[in-house]
Amino acid sequence: MRGESLKRGLKDGIPICLGYFAVSFAFGILAVDSGCTALEATLISLTNLTSAGQFAGLTVIAQAGSLLEMAVTQFVINARYMLMSIALSQKVEERFRGIWRWILSFGITDEIFAAAIQSEGSLKRSYFAGLMLLPIIGWTSGTFLGAFLGNILPEILTNALGVALYGMFIAVIVPKSAENKNVFAVVVLAVILSFCLYYIPVFSAISGGFAIILCAVAASAAGAVLFPVKEDA
Amino acid sequence: MKFTEFLPYLIVMAGVTYLIRAIPLVMVKKKIENQFINSFLYYIPYTVLAAMTFPAIFYATGSKLSAGAGCLTAIILAFYKKSLIVVASGACLAVLAVELVLG
Repeated sequence: MRGESLKRGLKDGIPICLGYFAVSFAFGILAVDSGCTALEATLISLTNLTSAGQFAGLTVIAQAGSLLEMAVTQFVINARYMLMSIALSQKVEERFRGIWRWILSFGITDEIFAAAIQSEGSLKRSYFAGLMLLPIIGWTSGTFLGAFLGNILPEILTNALGVALYGMFIAVIVPKSAENKNVFAVVVLAVILSFCLYYIPVFSAISGGFAIILCAVAASAAGAVLFPVKEDA
Repeated sequence: MKFTEFLPYLIVMAGVTYLIRAIPLVMVKKKIENQFINSFLYYIPYTVLAAMTFPAIFYATGSKLSAGAGCLTAIILAFYKKSLIVVASGACLAVLAVELVLG
């Protein structure tokens, strides 16, 4: 049984791993441009396993910002993981506790979370462990190769890789929105809010990471009021 | 960059990111019964990803036109439930095609 769910986790991790490989390749290129060595870029990916936070972290490093600035940036951009972590705490099996929670929480990313929360029944620790393994390898090795080979790629290719991350996000959002009109409505609201915060000058002081949290919290709260989700739905 | 200058950044970055993930999962042991909170958490992944994608995707390439083509391709492929890698690479190929045509 446990070997079964480990295997299922590994299999579900393959597409995430490949998607991460492409995105982290772009990260590796940018990290070297920002003054990191290939080893440093690879270490960032191995220890952080996050897209938006790492890209923002590079900006702090490149501008020689303070450590406090780094901490606040990471906190704001990655605060969404707290919400995902709480959501996962409601779905994990009885055996998923103690040290396992400390170890496996490292693997909470947007895509791994989306796969885990959509899996049937309670979340098994062996499934989650399998699910995170290949994406970690893909994210780290993609960064290394990007940092190592990036300079020889023409700009047109690195431009194309720039949308890989967002393509991955769209792959999570669209199918669910197509089958559930409440999710669709809430997603549209989040997008409208995000456009407003981005383009209306009054809001320009709000940093990108904080704007994401604001939009997501407001849209999800509206969704929870207007379209409450019934138990076991 | 010198490794000794880099290391503090790495530790802060990785430490903050890890604790954000670990603390809620370790601390929250009870089932949350509140329907509002459960519904809120249900919508969170989709709203976070949507807010991260739009409008940022339109600035992710060399031009808004190529980025728009990548975005549209991704939406169509995702609508037909293609896997993560197919959607992501389809979007990249669309950007590449448009930028090649535009020169």
